[in-house]
Amino acid sequence: MSKPVLQVTGIAKRFGGLQALSDVGMTIHAGQVYGLIGPNGAGKTTFFNVITGLYAPDAGRFELAGKPYQPSSVHEVAKAGIARTFQNIRLFADMTALENVMVGRHVRTGSGVLGAVFRTQAFRQEEQAIAERAQALLDYVGIGELAPCKARTLSYGDQRRLEIARALATDPQLVALDEPAAGMNATEKVQLRELIDRIRRDGRTVLLIEHDVKLVMGLCDAVTVLDHGRQIAQGSPTDVQRDPQVIQAYLGTGEH
Amino acid sequence: MNWVTTPDRSPMRFLLWGLALLVLPLLLQSMGNAWVRIADMALLYVLLALGLNIVVGYAGLLDLGFVAFFAVGAYLFGLLASPHLTDTFPWIAALFPLGLHLPLWAVIPIGAGLAGLFGVLLGAPTLRLRGDYLAIVTLGFGEIIRVFLNNLDNPVNITNGPKGLGQIDPMTVLGHPLSKQLDLGWIELPSVTLYYYLFLAIVLVSVLVCYRLQTSRIGRAWVAIRDDEIAAQAMGINTRNLKLLAFGLGAMFGGVAGVLFASFQGFVSPESFSLMESVMIVAMVVLGGLGHLPGVVLGAVLLSALPEVLRYVAGPLQALTDGRLDAAILRQLLIALAMILVMLWRPRGLWPSPERAKTLPTERQAA
Repeated sequence: MSKPVLQVTGIAKRFGGLQALSDVGMTIHAGQVYGLIGPNGAGKTTFFNVITGLYAPDAGRFELAGKPYQPSSVHEVAKAGIARTFQNIRLFADMTALENVMVGRHVRTGSGVLGAVFRTQAFRQEEQAIAERAQALLDYVGIGELAPCKARTLSYGDQRRLEIARALATDPQLVALDEPAAGMNATEKVQLRELIDRIRRDGRTVLLIEHDVKLVMGLCDAVTVLDHGRQIAQGSPTDVQRDPQVIQAYLGTGEH
Repeated sequence: MNWVTTPDRSPMRFLLWGLALLVLPLLLQSMGNAWVRIADMALLYVLLALGLNIVVGYAGLLDLGFVAFFAVGAYLFGLLASPHLTDTFPWIAALFPLGLHLPLWAVIPIGAGLAGLFGVLLGAPTLRLRGDYLAIVTLGFGEIIRVFLNNLDNPVNITNGPKGLGQIDPMTVLGHPLSKQLDLGWIELPSVTLYYYLFLAIVLVSVLVCYRLQTSRIGRAWVAIRDDEIAAQAMGINTRNLKLLAFGLGAMFGGVAGVLFASFQGFVSPESFSLMESVMIVAMVVLGGLGHLPGVVLGAVLLSALPEVLRYVAGPLQALTDGRLDAAILRQLLIALAMILVMLWRPRGLWPSPERAKTLPTERQAA
């Protein structure tokens, strides 16, 4: 199997009296779509927020593409190579779709105030490259013609796509999608599935949090199931589906 | 290229605007120098509004103490180009036997730099604050600076307290002090008109700088922070540095405006830098159109010129009520009314950034 992109072990996070995560770990290999599922309140988003630096973990070891990293600040994690989307879409509402993706290039570009004010050659070339790359990414996710529209005027499904394009613009090692199918209708889900599949075919690694078990099972190469902040199963989608603990977590035990 | 708002770049329009701006003071001066003076002050307010627009309009940080940077610039020039320091401190007089008369071109960069430093000093402890909380702290900062200026005449007289600093040098451009009338033979340009041209040049450069900042990587990052700070961080934007940059750069404009103000007036005192001034500058930016340069300029010109124009309206109205209505109060009333009407009818400002978006049939707001 190819080399691991993200390797985390022993993650713990406590909010006051609630142990939101305890001893969670996973290894995501390059080119995988890795699913993270679990019932409501299982700790999926908390896990997400911990690996992307939004919440400081109480314990845990983190390695990205073979290099250890400390998720101490969100922008450092983005720079290290994890790009994420949000469960409740967070776009830059007053910017155009294109500008949203251009912001994603921020972390891989470097021109500063002086370059901007004097419009140096380097600045203009960089700006041109940013815009071209952003347009290419919009085309890639299938909303290229919406480039000049303000983000808040886009339809829900298109906003989801825009968020993915923006995440891809940071040249991430790992694309982390937090419930991308939430609120989508059946057609939009099929299109989303095709998009994620395409992202994988282009050699990127995806971490997918999802409620929709059908989507996860059809798409993911490996799955981790969380329940009450604990990892209850890990493996291929078919194995996990048969795991009695998983069935119990999702359907209950039948004893009351 | 559709990714930046390309303004109408037709050279004809540029030329007409340029011509109008150049001729304007000549028309105004024929009506009396007081009118040119109003235009001068309007240009200074444009400069202040442009600076505040970087902080409030782009980066979305509500700053209610912006006038502090204006004061820093004004007092800097007041101290470096007036007899106050040499009169008060013999050792400074010994160092500069001819008196402290730093030229404008030296003081403008120093003023910008010092105000920028103050901007960063204010920004650093307030990074975690947002919205109302930030507004309160910046408001306090503005007042602190004013109180300092008011009281730093004791035990060592630095600012001359409430009496202010007088006898500040006028600016000298190409060997000609702007306080003197310039006779071109076919036309005489009074001091206020000369200042108008200097301020106009500085404002035009500032607009260009702001426009270029706005349409750059830095400008996009600011707007991203304004729209959604967490998402901006997740895109790898170092929000701390960029907020400090916005505070610093915005303050620089305020500092430059202060330097110009001090030499234009020849006198500075703490009462020019009250909270009301800060509020007015914020009102200019918001009323004109947050983050949209033409709107900000329009807002600054309107709000600084309107009170003066209303002087002429208030007079007759006062006569109508047999002098029972005070002109000053009436003016405040009319301005307040105008602001309320603008906010009712144009809540995004008089001239907000254009909605380029084609609105699609399915409308759902981002959560």
